[in-house]
Amino acid sequence: MAASPPTLQSSFGGPVQGARRMPSEAPQERRGASEFDVAVVGGGLVGVATAWGLAREGCRVVVLDEGDRAVRASRGNFALVWVQSKGLGLAPYAGWTIRSSNAWEGFAQTLKEETGLDVCFQRPGGFHLSLSERELEARANSLKRLHNQPGIVDYKTEIMDHAQVARMLPDIGLEVVGGSYCPLDGHVNSLRLFRTLHTAIKARGVTYLPSHRVENITREGGEFRLTTAHREIRANRVALAAGNANMHLAPMVGLECPMRPERGQIVVTERLRPFLRHPVVTLRQTDEGTVMIGDSKEERTDPAGLTLGVSATEAERAVRMFPVLGSANVVRTWSAIRVMTQDGFPIYDESESHPGAFTVCCHSGVTLAANHALTIAPMIARGALDKSLVAPFSARRFHVQEAG
Amino acid sequence: MNAVDLAPSYDLVVIGGGPAGLAAASLAARAGVTTVLFDENPGVGGQIYRGITSTPVINRSILGEDYWAGEALANEAKASGALIVNGATVWSLDPERIVGVSIAGKARMIEARRVIIATGSQERPFPIPGWTLPGVMTAGAAQTVLKAQGLLPDGRTVMAGTGPLMWLLAAQILRAGGRLEAILDTTPRRNLLRAAPHLPDFMLSPYFAKGLALLREVKAKVPVRRVASVAAAGDGKLSEVVSDRGRMPADLLLLHQGVVPNVNLALAAGATHEWNERQLCFQPVLDQDFSSSVPGIAVAGDGAGIAGGTAAAERGRLAAIAAVRALRPEARLPDPQSVRQRLQREEMGRAFLDWLNRPADSFRQPEGETLVCRCEEVTAAQVRATADMGCEGPNQMKAFLRCGMGPCQGRLCGLTVTELIATQRKSTPAAVGYYRLRPPVKPITLAELASLPISEAERKAVER
Amino acid sequence: MFKRLADAGAVVALTVDGKPVQARSCDTVAAALLAAGIDRCRTTPVTGAPRLPYCLMGVCFDCLVTIDGVGSRQACLVPVHEGMTVETQQGRREAGR
Ligand SMILES: Cc1cc2nc3c(=O)[nH]c(=O)nc-3n(C[C@H](O)[C@@H](O)[C@H](O)COP(=O)(O)OP(=O)(O)OC[C@H]3O[C@@H](n4cnc5c(N)ncnc54)[C@H](O)[C@@H]3O)c2cc1C
Ligand SMILES: Cc1cc2nc3c(=O)[nH]c(=O)nc-3n(C[C@H](O)[C@H](O)[C@H](O)COP(=O)(O)OP(=O)(O)OC[C@H]3O[C@@H](n4cnc5c(N)ncnc54)[C@H](O)[C@@H]3O)c2cc1C
Ligand code: FES
Repeated sequence: MAASPPTLQSSFGGPVQGARRMPSEAPQERRGASEFDVAVVGGGLVGVATAWGLAREGCRVVVLDEGDRAVRASRGNFALVWVQSKGLGLAPYAGWTIRSSNAWEGFAQTLKEETGLDVCFQRPGGFHLSLSERELEARANSLKRLHNQPGIVDYKTEIMDHAQVARMLPDIGLEVVGGSYCPLDGHVNSLRLFRTLHTAIKARGVTYLPSHRVENITREGGEFRLTTAHREIRANRVALAAGNANMHLAPMVGLECPMRPERGQIVVTERLRPFLRHPVVTLRQTDEGTVMIGDSKEERTDPAGLTLGVSATEAERAVRMFPVLGSANVVRTWSAIRVMTQDGFPIYDESESHPGAFTVCCHSGVTLAANHALTIAPMIARGALDKSLVAPFSARRFHVQEAG
Repeated sequence: MNAVDLAPSYDLVVIGGGPAGLAAASLAARAGVTTVLFDENPGVGGQIYRGITSTPVINRSILGEDYWAGEALANEAKASGALIVNGATVWSLDPERIVGVSIAGKARMIEARRVIIATGSQERPFPIPGWTLPGVMTAGAAQTVLKAQGLLPDGRTVMAGTGPLMWLLAAQILRAGGRLEAILDTTPRRNLLRAAPHLPDFMLSPYFAKGLALLREVKAKVPVRRVASVAAAGDGKLSEVVSDRGRMPADLLLLHQGVVPNVNLALAAGATHEWNERQLCFQPVLDQDFSSSVPGIAVAGDGAGIAGGTAAAERGRLAAIAAVRALRPEARLPDPQSVRQRLQREEMGRAFLDWLNRPADSFRQPEGETLVCRCEEVTAAQVRATADMGCEGPNQMKAFLRCGMGPCQGRLCGLTVTELIATQRKSTPAAVGYYRLRPPVKPITLAELASLPISEAERKAVER
Repeated sequence: MFKRLADAGAVVALTVDGKPVQARSCDTVAAALLAAGIDRCRTTPVTGAPRLPYCLMGVCFDCLVTIDGVGSRQACLVPVHEGMTVETQQGRREAGR
């Protein structure tokens, strides 16, 4: 194993400074026998955000990914950078989410400087709307439970009635009885983010290898060997960012990553003139003008399938929330598989038996992209996770719970 | 006919009212199978017989006898007892054969025991610089308004491209008293080499004599130039056509480089498709009865691979015979063997025509600022650069650049994107694949989607 | 760009962007617009580029216009009717119309 790279502290939380070092300037002494310092397994948002962060730290990085038809949550998500309701059941998750939300603006700015692409991050505050008193009550209760947890940060979510909501979202329908509002909620153009990160890693000299599905990982002579159908890749460290597939990969390096994938469907309209200033958890207008409607949760894991009745429910609720949308044309629908850990919270781990192996796995990989790039990646570059920040997210929590 | 008046289920649903769909629906209905035919156009006939029941073009020599042959098919379908619904857009078809159809802004889900997709073909994308300018349209478009509305190109009209349909339209325009400034023939000369081995078959086919006569008719009246490049230029509308042979002022440029199967619905239904290297397009994998990989769903007509209008009708009949056999084994049916023989005869000259009119790479794989995706305005340079970045297929490309995400849902960019990726990544279109398609394959309103039946479980998957 | 070959079919009166246009009973909206010589039926929601119908068979969506108050309809698939109002579309459609 090569010596740890020099520590390059990122300015967490605030706007990110410009690029500190390009790969070619990486210190020579770090170069071990391997071609790469770090192999990132998975080219979804989590993988490329991590890879970009690693490259910024001067690491020589390879990203191994599957091909065009891969199941990839990063291509099918709802693009919220969302805070409200995060953390019920694991209080530190709220703080972790807010950290990313706060870092997002600087993250977006840096990406723009590096690639010229604007991911259109906005944080105007977001809503969760309720279509009945029962829904609103359930919403209020869950927020109360969330806020009553010990050690929770306060993120100022408030419950509003119809009139209060209408002041901020004039187009709501009469059936909207109210909702919750959190000023920290935002959204981004997530497909552009995906493209931007790929563009950025390419510009930083990261090797991206599509159609290189990792079949096996071993650690020999201080380096990791990753087997693919094409060839074997060697790296000093390995970061598992393969989404739900981490479940199978983690045990190869002495880690675990229990998952329960879940399907979500989204409906998208044609481009419309701006009519919605704030994202709603199930409905948002993109910078391009299209309206995304979504957020179903199904047990199914067939990524090709689509349940029309689920799309219909989403549409029906959307029209009740915003009656002006009734005449808008639906141009696309899709389903995607959520990367979901067993308890829904992120897993960040490092292996004891295979030093240098890490897991980076979560739902909400859009929201947490800034953390992965700016906080997790530097830790992996240094060779150790900072327990003060991420200890609560170790998969060990599953055993603690079992024991308890 | 309104959406509410439809029965909840039919034995056979035929989608598309061109020769394939009309022939299939007539045969099935006459064999006693309850049949409904949906077509999104205001009238039946499909592309070849567009406007056949309503055309104002009474001089029969203008559109030619091949066009008027459609009358018999349309009449036969009308008399067959099949329910024919025009203005009915099918926007969804799933492997359980639930058909989503929209009529006059109202959506319905209809169950079918069998489905025949007969949605035909569309013209191959022709991505040249300026192809989105007003004043540039497809030759098929000009032909459609000639057939259905009796509109004739007016002003300085140039045609560019390759393939029998371009020549047919030129002849029709001339017969109607129209004028063409020039035809820019984009057919690569070397095509003849690959086509030559198939010449004997072609000479025996019905197309041979007709084709030669057509060429002679057109070339006698219009200057024809071989060109290696074509571009449309103008500010806000077409003013000039530019080729490697010079510039010419023009008001209307008609483009055509063959037709390709309209695959959206069959793909969304989950039917397996394959790349056809000769015709440079994707087509469904079908058995001899035109059944697809999805049980109970057949694809007939040019949607099954391009073979022409007469072949389309025979294919429709074969698909219908198979459907009736499954639905009503006791029904009396025509002998499929004789249908197959007629079909074979129709398909005979195809290889020659395909090789001869195979569009050149440069007209299928544009460069630079030429738009690939008309809806989202994505350029060839962007697609190529993104492929170089490591993007291996159209689905990742769509995520990165939005190509194929607009209202046309990839119909006008899909093949171009696949081919560009294949070229950049030194792969093949077969390996690169096509866009993943999901319903609605044609836009419906949010209110229509909202009106569909919803089960308790489906509702629970969304409400929280 | 186009002229009528024969004056067959009954005249149908429409308005296009408020101006009267005479169509024929066999026309689709797109054919009527072309026959009337309009120079664009929409501008794109992406760059505002002008477009006219391209395929006239329902596949390209360049013929999207507002018909009787409903936006983004495929003009090449909709038959005309007496008194129809057609509006060309500028860029993105407005929600609710
Ligand atoms: C523009 C054009 C013009 C052509 N002109 C000629 C010609 O003059 N002579 C010739 O020999 N060949 C012509 N062809 C070739 C054509 O493919 C014919 O071979 C023939 O029309 C094919 O018949 P078909 O029944 O397979 O499909 P088509 O005739 O194409 O009929 C398909 C029908 O399906 C309908 N449809 C499609 N999708 C849907 C949907 N989702 N819901 C409901 N309905 C739907 C369409 O409106 C259409 O009416 C033309 C092709 C094109 C594209
Ligand atoms: C419907 C839906 C809505 C969502 N909405 C939001 C939202 O609003 N906000 C938000 O923050 N998050 C949202 N998400 C979650 C977010 O999309 C995911 O958390 C994020 O995309 C996960 O990224 P990933 O890289 O871990 O996984 P993926 O995108 O699934 O990528 C995993 C990658 O690993 C590759 N891979 C798998 N196995 C191997 C192997 N053996 N070798 C090499 N490569 C491999 C795959 O090909 C893939 O490219 C949503 C998700 C869905 C499905
Ligand atoms: S002109 Fe192409 S869809 Fe109407």
